[in-house]
Amino acid sequence: MRRLLPPLTGVTMLAALAIVFLVVPTEAEMGIVQRIFYFHVASAWVAFLGFFLVAGASAAYLWNGSPTADRLAYAAAEVGVLFCTLVLITGPIWARPIWGVWWTWDPRLTMTVVLWAIYASYLMLRAFGGDDPALARYAAVLGIVGVLDIPLIVVSVRLLRGIHPAVLTRTEGGTGLVDPWMRIGLLVSALALILLASWFMDLRVRGARLEEDVAALRRELEARRGEVA
Amino acid sequence: MRDALAILAKDLRIEWRTREGLSSVFVLGVLLVVVLTVAHDPSPETAPTLAPGVLWAAFVLTGLLGVQRAFVLERENDCLAGLLTAPLDPAAIYAGKLASNVVLLAVTQAVVVPLTGLFLHLDLVPRLPALLLVCLLGNVGFASLATLFGALALRVRAREVMLPLLLLPLLVPLLIGAVQATRAILVGGLAAASSGLGVLAAFDVIFTVAGWLLFAYVVRD
Amino acid sequence: MVGPPLRAEGLARRFGGITVLESVDLAVDAGETVVLLGPNGAGKTTLLRMLALLLAPTGGRLLLFGTDAGRAPAALRRRIGYVGHEISCYPELSAAENLAFYAQLFRVSDAPGRIARLLAWAGLEGAGRRPVRAYSRGMGQRLALARALLHEPDLLVLDEPFSGLDPDAVERLQQQLLELRAAGHSILLATHDVERAAPIASRLAILHRGRIAWVHDGRGADAAVIVAAYRTVVAERV
Repeated sequence: MRRLLPPLTGVTMLAALAIVFLVVPTEAEMGIVQRIFYFHVASAWVAFLGFFLVAGASAAYLWNGSPTADRLAYAAAEVGVLFCTLVLITGPIWARPIWGVWWTWDPRLTMTVVLWAIYASYLMLRAFGGDDPALARYAAVLGIVGVLDIPLIVVSVRLLRGIHPAVLTRTEGGTGLVDPWMRIGLLVSALALILLASWFMDLRVRGARLEEDVAALRRELEARRGEVA
Repeated sequence: MRDALAILAKDLRIEWRTREGLSSVFVLGVLLVVVLTVAHDPSPETAPTLAPGVLWAAFVLTGLLGVQRAFVLERENDCLAGLLTAPLDPAAIYAGKLASNVVLLAVTQAVVVPLTGLFLHLDLVPRLPALLLVCLLGNVGFASLATLFGALALRVRAREVMLPLLLLPLLVPLLIGAVQATRAILVGGLAAASSGLGVLAAFDVIFTVAGWLLFAYVVRD
Repeated sequence: MVGPPLRAEGLARRFGGITVLESVDLAVDAGETVVLLGPNGAGKTTLLRMLALLLAPTGGRLLLFGTDAGRAPAALRRRIGYVGHEISCYPELSAAENLAFYAQLFRVSDAPGRIARLLAWAGLEGAGRRPVRAYSRGMGQRLALARALLHEPDLLVLDEPFSGLDPDAVERLQQQLLELRAAGHSILLATHDVERAAPIASRLAILHRGRIAWVHDGRGADAAVIVAAYRTVVAERV
């Protein structure tokens, strides 16, 4: 299964690119720029999946202390933040030609920024939190709390006064997908990005395992060196 | 429950002895309201509209510095080990510390709220009961997460930076709910604030329960 | 819960990739004072924290008073008194206030009376209103021991109780520990100070490389003999 991931990802990506740029008709209102929507929304879905995975793996880690669960949580957070960053970059690129602004405090973008911040802080904790072995447990607690915050964020950002709330609800979502190929385009893009994300996570988890092995070997080397001296 | 009250009483007694936490919260609260007001430099007409934001921003920032103390207290002489060798449920420690933080944050609010009213030309007295409700809900929500992460940050490197870094993004819904509710109350009255209050109440419930359940994982090795 | 105060079988503790304790077998019988020796970094503190139920083992079995330690931690905590490297008393409060707080947590009956008696026993009645912050190291250690004894535990777990004490304080502590043994308490004490521990030990054990490498009956054991054995064990190559 693992060895199939890279070629499978490659194929699906090519398919997605082909569909989005060649097959799908140009959207009536927004023009060519709208094509970014497929990757923008797909990235958002992947980021969300990543964050839920962080919570799930974190809960598993707290439950049974499995190092695999811990590595998975960390990898999922990294991938989640990566795709969340992509959402935050593709969003303004799409927004600028359409509404003339780089940023707007509409519910979805605000939510994405806050989620990005939560999981970026998770990465900060893991990277700079020090050597205490309990750090994995602390990160797991953060991972779970982060996911619990999501519904609250979703509800609270709706209370904010956005700049163009009406414009957004119409153009962002399902109501705009008139052509069946648009829907296919979105799904294939989503699949491509999910496969890409899975590949990244697999690499990351294996990398983490190797890092731990190297560290253990290094410690053993130090210990033996200490004895001989 | 008795244990939680014992911990609260002990914390309050220590705080009263040194008054270190109380005075720093007091001074910081004043400073933050001043800084935020001066930074905006509002005219007398626009000043009242700034009030909800200034109030809650000052509260959050002051609170962040104040709640760090609750667990630093237990770090000296490794008093936390003393608590953990006692036959009590870690959740009782959470409850006790949560209560201490709520008290400390209430003091923060008692400073920040009137000052905001004063500096931003707002008469808060007619809206006081409703404001107290928002303040209470905001207080408990903040404390619920701050207590959990305060314990967590004890053994983390760069604790002073890490705690705000972890807490601030998580507190965004609380901030939004509180500001919206406060604004609605100042303009219209309690009924208009229902959505903001709803968010606050949900926040409080979710994170008090989550804190209660997750605390043992943070504090016990 | 009845049974011998402590039975550890194959106790192990890993932190991430590092194994601090491989497999520890240790026993403490009622009324015994067992002294655990070992170089710094041998894992004494980790072991003692596990035995005081502050840390869960990652392997092996721990029985306290015949009960598995994982089963009834709260009830077992009532029967253990622990003094770690730090005194675990709040610096801003006085000795009496600290003890009153712990008395509440441990549900000690007749707290005021018990506190007064313990303060007298520890020689701290004069300290009265002063905050713990102002105490000397010796006073702090005595308070820590008083705190550990407050709830009349059957087993005392002490980590390096002699460190930083002047000769008078050491003698006083030795005297107190002998009194406690005579009164029926079981004591497990970790130290790297062989000479100070030898006079009060019923049994001695050496912790080395995560295992108990040597156990000896302490009665009449000469400090020099123990030191020699200690050196041999610690110098041995795997």
